Amino acid sequence: MGKIIAGIGTSHVPSIGVVYDQGRTQEPDWKPLFDAYEPVKDWLKEIKPDVAIVVYNDHGGDFFFDKYPTFAVGAADIYPVGDEGWGRRPLPDFPGDADFSWHLCNELVYNEFDITVCQEMAVEHGFMVPMHLCWDHHPDWPVKVVPVAVNVIQHPLPTALRCWKLGQALRKAVESYPKDTKVVILGTGGMSHQLNGARFGYLNSDFDRDFLDKIETDPMALTELTHQQIMEDAGAEAVELIMWLTMRGALDGAPLRQVHRNYYAPMTTGMGLIALEEAV
Amino acid sequence: MAKQLDSSRPIEDTRIFDAEQTRLGYRLNKFAMSLVKPENRDAFLADEEAALSASDLTEQEKQLIRDRDWRAIMDEHGGNIYMIMKIGAVIGAGLYQIGAHQRGETFEEFLATRNAAGAK
Repeated sequence: MGKIIAGIGTSHVPSIGVVYDQGRTQEPDWKPLFDAYEPVKDWLKEIKPDVAIVVYNDHGGDFFFDKYPTFAVGAADIYPVGDEGWGRRPLPDFPGDADFSWHLCNELVYNEFDITVCQEMAVEHGFMVPMHLCWDHHPDWPVKVVPVAVNVIQHPLPTALRCWKLGQALRKAVESYPKDTKVVILGTGGMSHQLNGARFGYLNSDFDRDFLDKIETDPMALTELTHQQIMEDAGAEAVELIMWLTMRGALDGAPLRQVHRNYYAPMTTGMGLIALEEAV
Repeated sequence: MAKQLDSSRPIEDTRIFDAEQTRLGYRLNKFAMSLVKPENRDAFLADEEAALSASDLTEQEKQLIRDRDWRAIMDEHGGNIYMIMKIGAVIGAGLYQIGAHQRGETFEEFLATRNAAGAK
């Protein structure tokens, strides 16, 4: 049977990808960020998930505002590395599991989550940065993926509570999969940041730390946040954080153990990390 | 149902990318998005005027791009930062340069406001 074994909340800042590709991860101002993922990488090697469901938003990698889906799920055996305007990054394409994805899509739709099913989907930094922070890929990725793209950039966005419920629905869908499949789910984005207007660069580390506390111990409080509140307190682009609630909703009901947590805010975005394991 | 956006509480120096903004900025954002194709980036670099002419941008929008007026594109013309960054990527203006311009600062002034500016 399918089983969710762990969840990870992580930021997905694009500059992390650039620095990674340039081999600058040990520069003094970057080292605290990259080193924080080493315990998570080691832990993932131990628990060996078969599939990673990665909840992220597309920043004009494959989707544009002509048709921008609220929720889109990948259903392919391969997801190519996209070109966001800087050229293709030197990463291997990502292996999918179309059978597993289609199972999730069927279950989600019949559970009243009317997602867009994507048989071709190029992935971008929102997806890729968390992947290479958490897994090595030499020569290939050691885990299959299901990209789940959420609209957090063009309002109206799904509510925080809706994102939480998507996580709950994903858990149900995973648990009804007949083949033994260990699944880790990643909620990505944020934390506090604003990239538009003269408020560019706004950070709120107190908000971020409180969010990291609550995502573990009191996620229901976070589902009550409106987009307005998040944007006021943490910056317009911080609404990405609602995607962490999909990760946490997928762990709902299970006793959890915190494996690792980190926070670093060097430039314009609070870079948060939390890894939670089901303590069974 | 809690109200997700509250126009009675405008956030200072902030544009919420909502229906009004995405409709306003559609042509600019679409042009920016076209630059995810390498051939379009090459064409833009080879002859910017020709690339602008071939687009459906208004004359005013073309001028905003010629002027690299990131602040006006974002504040007044519906630019979405994730799309507009693609124009910056072609001509060598990164996110933090665009951000500094929006703040009305030089790049160096902006960097001086950061906690660890080497992480750029």
